[in-house]
Amino acid sequence: MKRALLLSVFVIASCGLAYELIAATLASYLLGDSVTQFSTVIGSYLFAMGVGSWLSRYVGEQLVQRFIQVELLVGVLGGFSAALLFFSFTWSPAPFQLLLYLVVFAVGVLVGLEIPLVMRILKRDLAFRELVSQVLTFDYLGALAVSILFPILLVPHLGLIRSALLFGVLNVGVALWTWWLFREQLPNAGWLRAQGGFALLSLLTAFAAAGELTTLAESQLYADEIVYSESTPYQRIVLTRWKDDLRLHLNNNLQFSSRDEYRYHEALVHPGLATLPSARRVLVLGGGDGLAAREILKYPQVESIVLVDLDPAMTRLFASAPPLRRLNQDALNSPRVRVINADALQWLEENDESFDFVVVDFPDPSNFSLGKLYSASFYRLLDRHLAANGLAVIQSTSPLYARRSFWCVVTTLESVGLLATPYHALVPSFGEWGFVIAGRRPYRPPQSYDVDTRFLTRETTPALFVFPRDMERVDAEVNRLNNQVLVRYFEQEWRQVIR
Amino acid sequence: MHRRDFLASIAAAGAASLAACRSQPPALPPGELLGTALDIGHRLREQALPAASETRKVPVLIVGAGVAGLAAGWKLAQAGFADFLLVELEGEAGGNSRAGRNIVSAYPWGAHYLPLPTRESTAVRELLAELGVLQGDARAARPVYDERHLCATPQERLYLDGRWQEGLLPLTGVGAGERAQYRRFADIIAAFAQRRDAAGRPAFALPMALSSRDADLVRLDRVSMRDWLLAQGFDSPQLHWYVNHACRDDYGTASAAVSAWAGIHYFASRSGEAENAASDTVLTAPEGNAWLTSGMLRSIETRVGQRLLTGALAFRVEGGEGGTGSGPLAVDLWLPGERRTLRVLAEQLIWAAPLFLVPWVFRGHTRLKDAARRYSYAPWLIANLTLSQLPAERSGAPLAWDNVLHRGSGLGYVVATHQQMRLRQGATVLTWYRSLDELAPAIARAALRETPREAWAEQILAELEKPHADIRHVTSRLDVFRNAHAMVRPLPGLISSDARALFAADGERLRFAHADVSGFSLFEEAQYRGILAAERTLRRLRVRFVSSLA
Repeated sequence: MKRALLLSVFVIASCGLAYELIAATLASYLLGDSVTQFSTVIGSYLFAMGVGSWLSRYVGEQLVQRFIQVELLVGVLGGFSAALLFFSFTWSPAPFQLLLYLVVFAVGVLVGLEIPLVMRILKRDLAFRELVSQVLTFDYLGALAVSILFPILLVPHLGLIRSALLFGVLNVGVALWTWWLFREQLPNAGWLRAQGGFALLSLLTAFAAAGELTTLAESQLYADEIVYSESTPYQRIVLTRWKDDLRLHLNNNLQFSSRDEYRYHEALVHPGLATLPSARRVLVLGGGDGLAAREILKYPQVESIVLVDLDPAMTRLFASAPPLRRLNQDALNSPRVRVINADALQWLEENDESFDFVVVDFPDPSNFSLGKLYSASFYRLLDRHLAANGLAVIQSTSPLYARRSFWCVVTTLESVGLLATPYHALVPSFGEWGFVIAGRRPYRPPQSYDVDTRFLTRETTPALFVFPRDMERVDAEVNRLNNQVLVRYFEQEWRQVIR
Repeated sequence: MHRRDFLASIAAAGAASLAACRSQPPALPPGELLGTALDIGHRLREQALPAASETRKVPVLIVGAGVAGLAAGWKLAQAGFADFLLVELEGEAGGNSRAGRNIVSAYPWGAHYLPLPTRESTAVRELLAELGVLQGDARAARPVYDERHLCATPQERLYLDGRWQEGLLPLTGVGAGERAQYRRFADIIAAFAQRRDAAGRPAFALPMALSSRDADLVRLDRVSMRDWLLAQGFDSPQLHWYVNHACRDDYGTASAAVSAWAGIHYFASRSGEAENAASDTVLTAPEGNAWLTSGMLRSIETRVGQRLLTGALAFRVEGGEGGTGSGPLAVDLWLPGERRTLRVLAEQLIWAAPLFLVPWVFRGHTRLKDAARRYSYAPWLIANLTLSQLPAERSGAPLAWDNVLHRGSGLGYVVATHQQMRLRQGATVLTWYRSLDELAPAIARAALRETPREAWAEQILAELEKPHADIRHVTSRLDVFRNAHAMVRPLPGLISSDARALFAADGERLRFAHADVSGFSLFEEAQYRGILAAERTLRRLRVRFVSSLA
C-alpha cells in the first residue's frame, strides 16, 4: 500500500505540472507573448497550490475519501481544461483571460491539496523523515517526467486538448486505485466508485472525440451549418448554409449571402458596363466567386473576361461545386472567361493589356497589405490598363458605416487624375454599400438596362448617385503607400460600428 | 524555491521546444563571410610594395569611389570637365552604399536610407531631381517625390516585451513620468530644430558645415550625448535606450561615447518635407542607398565616359606638405590584379577615402598624420538573410521596413522587398545590422577578424528567433559582411577639433573629401564634401560651373 501511494504521488505530480504547462502553452498560443503568459500562469498556479496546501488543514476526518474526491475533481477539471479554454476563446476572447486564471487557480488549489493529504495518509506507515524524503522525491520525479515528455511527445502527437484529457484520466485512475486499496475502510464506497466511473467514462469519450471538438469549436463562430471549409495559404474559406441561404466567409468576414448577393453584384457591374455598348474586353480583379463575371456575361458584346484572383482554391471551388456553379451560373467555366491565379498587383505590373471595363472587387482595406490595393500607386497602375474610353468600378466599403474610408477612395482616385463618380446601394446582409466608377472622361449613368436584372431599374438608378446627408462627402487624405491612411480610417470607423 | 526555479526552467524549455515547430533545429544555413579588402589594405603597413612601372599624368585624381568620390566625379562631369580619374580599392564603386543581389531581391551591404533632403541639402536635391526621384522644382519647400522611393507604411516597429509596437520610441508599459520626459525631449529638440543664429544659419544644419557656430552650441561637442541628457534631467531608461539606439544606428557608437553635438544633430537637423509624404518619411530602395551611388556613376559615364579604375590601392602620396608644394603630387597606386604599381602625377588630388589611411599614405606629412590619428572608427557587421517565406510573427504591429529588437545586440533588420507592390510577400531578404559598439574598436576588429561566419549566424538566428520562432526554418542563406572601419565615430571634441578643421580646409593641390571631414558618416555629408572639393578644384583650374551648394 505504501508503495502504491508513493507511485500515485508520481502520477499526480506529473498531472499537476501538465495542467500548468498546458494552460500556459494554450494562453501563449491564443494570446501571444509567451514569456508573459508562462510567467503569469505559473505564478498564479504556484500561489493557488499554496492556497491548497493551507486549506488542507481543514480536512479533518475521512482523509482517504477526501483524497479520492480531490483526485476526481482535478481529473475532470484539469482534463477538460484545455477543451474548455479553447471553446471559451472561440466563443468570445474577452472573458477568456478571466476564465483562464479561474481554471488555473482552481486546478492549482486542488493540486495543492493532494500532497499534504497523501503525506497525512502515509504518516501512519512512515517516520516523518522518511515520509518527507520519499514523497517529495516522487513528486519531483513526476514533474521531471512530464517536463521532458510534454514538449517531445505529448504536444506534438496528442495536441493540447488530448494531453489534458490524458492526464485527467491518470488522475481519475489514481482515484480509482486508491478506492480499490481502501475499499473496505471507505464509508460511501459504492457512491464514490460511481462518481469515479462516470468521470473516467466522460474523459475517455472526450479523448476519443477530441478531433471533432476542434471543428465544433470553430462552428461556434458561425451561426449556420458549415458545408465546406478549407485553409489555403492565403485565407480560410468557409461556406455555411441555412435553408436556402448560402454564405461565403473569408477569414471570418462575410463575402456574400446568396439571398441578396444579386443586389451587390448588379450594383457593382451594371451602372458602369451598361454605358459601354462597345466594351469587348473586361478585367475582374478579385471576385474569384464568379458572381461579378456572371453579371458581365449577360452582355453579348463582351468577348473576353480576364479574372485575376490570388487563391486557386477559391476559383477551383467556384468552378466545381454544383451549388456554387448554380449560383454563378457556371461563369468560371464559360469559354469567354479566363481565370488567372496571381497577385493582382504583380499581374498589373507585368502585363500591358488594356481593358474597356475593369471590376475591382477586393476585400475591404482592413490591413496594410490590402490597403495597397486602394492606394494612389495602385490607381495609377490601374489607369495604365484602362482603354481610352474605359471605365473601372471599385467596391469601396460602406459610405454609411465607414464614411471617411469611402470618400478616401474617391479622393485617392481623383488624386491620380481620374474622374470619380461615387454611388451606393442597399445590400441587406452588408448594409448600405458604396462603389466608385472611375474613368478619364465624365461618366453618365445608363438610361436603361438591356440585360435582365432583379434589383436595378431605369427609374431607381438616379437615386443610387444621390448621397443623403449622413453619407455626404467628408474630407479625407489621399491614401498612399507611405501613409496608408485608409487602413487607419477603416479600422477606426468599423471599430465604432462593432461596439 | 527550488521547485519554482525548476518549473521556470521547464516552462522555458517547453516554450522553446514548441517554438521550434516540433522538430530539431535545422543546420545553419549556408552563406559566405565577406568583407572589405582587408588583405590588400593591410599591405599599406608593410610598405614593401614595388616601385612604379608606369607613370601617367592626370589633371585631377580622385582617390576613393564611395559617395564622396562619386559626388566629386559627378560634379566635375556635370561641369563638363572630363580629365579626371577615379580610383577605388574595392572591386566596385559605392563604398558604404554597396549592394548585393540574388534571385529574390537586391539588398544593401551598408547604408539603406536617405531622409527627405533639408532645404540646405541643395546638392542632394539636385541629384535626386536628376535621378527623377524628386519631381518638379528641386528647390521647392515641399517637393514631390517618386512614391516608389518613399518608404511604404509601416516604416518602423519595435519588439518590446514579447510584442511588436509601431514606431521605435518605446510605449508599451511606459509610465506617465517617462512619457513626460519624452515630451520634454521632443520640445527641446524642436527648439533646436527651429533655432537660427544672427546670420540666419540653422543651429544644426545638414550638411553640418552650414550650422551655426554659436558658442553654446559648439560647447555641446565637449560632452557626451548621455551626459548631456542626464544634465538636462532626463533619467528615463526608455528615453536613454531610444537615444542610444539612434546613436548606434547612425554613428555605430553608444550615446555615452558620442558627442552631444552629433547626437542632437541626428534629431534636430532632419527638417526635410515633401508634398506627398510626412516629414519623417525616408527615401529607400531594395538595394539600400546603392541606387544613389550607381546613379552618380551612371551619370558620370553618360557625360564623360568611363573614368573609374577599381582594384587600385593608393599607398603613397608624395609632394609638398599638405599639397602646398610646387609641382604635381605623385600618387602611387598598387594594382594587385596586375601585381604592379602605377604612378599618377596629379595636378589636383581629391582624397575621398577614409582618413584613417592618411598616416600610411602621407608618410612625410606630420601635421596630416597627427590630425588623422585623432580619428576613431566603428566596426560593423552586416548580415543578409535570404528567406524562403516571411517568418512567423508574434502579436502586435505587422512587419515594417525597419524592425528593431529592444535591447537587442543588433540594431534590427530592414526588409528588402518592403517597397514591392505585392499583395502577398513571399521570399524576401532581411538585412541585419550590428555595430560592435559595446567593445573597444580595436577589440571589436579582432573579433571581426577571428570569428567564423557560423558563430555570427548562430548569434543572429538566436536573436531573431525571439520574435520569429521559425526563422531557422525559413532562412535559406545567411551571408555576413565585416566592415572593420565602417564609419568615423563622432566622439566628443572631434567636430570642434583643429584636426577636422585641417582636413576641411582648401589646399592648392590637395583636398579632402569624405564624410570623415564632417565627423560623421551620412550620405548628405559625404556628398557635400565631394562636391565642395570638386567645386574648389574647378575654381582652381578656372573651369566655369554652376555651384550645387549655393
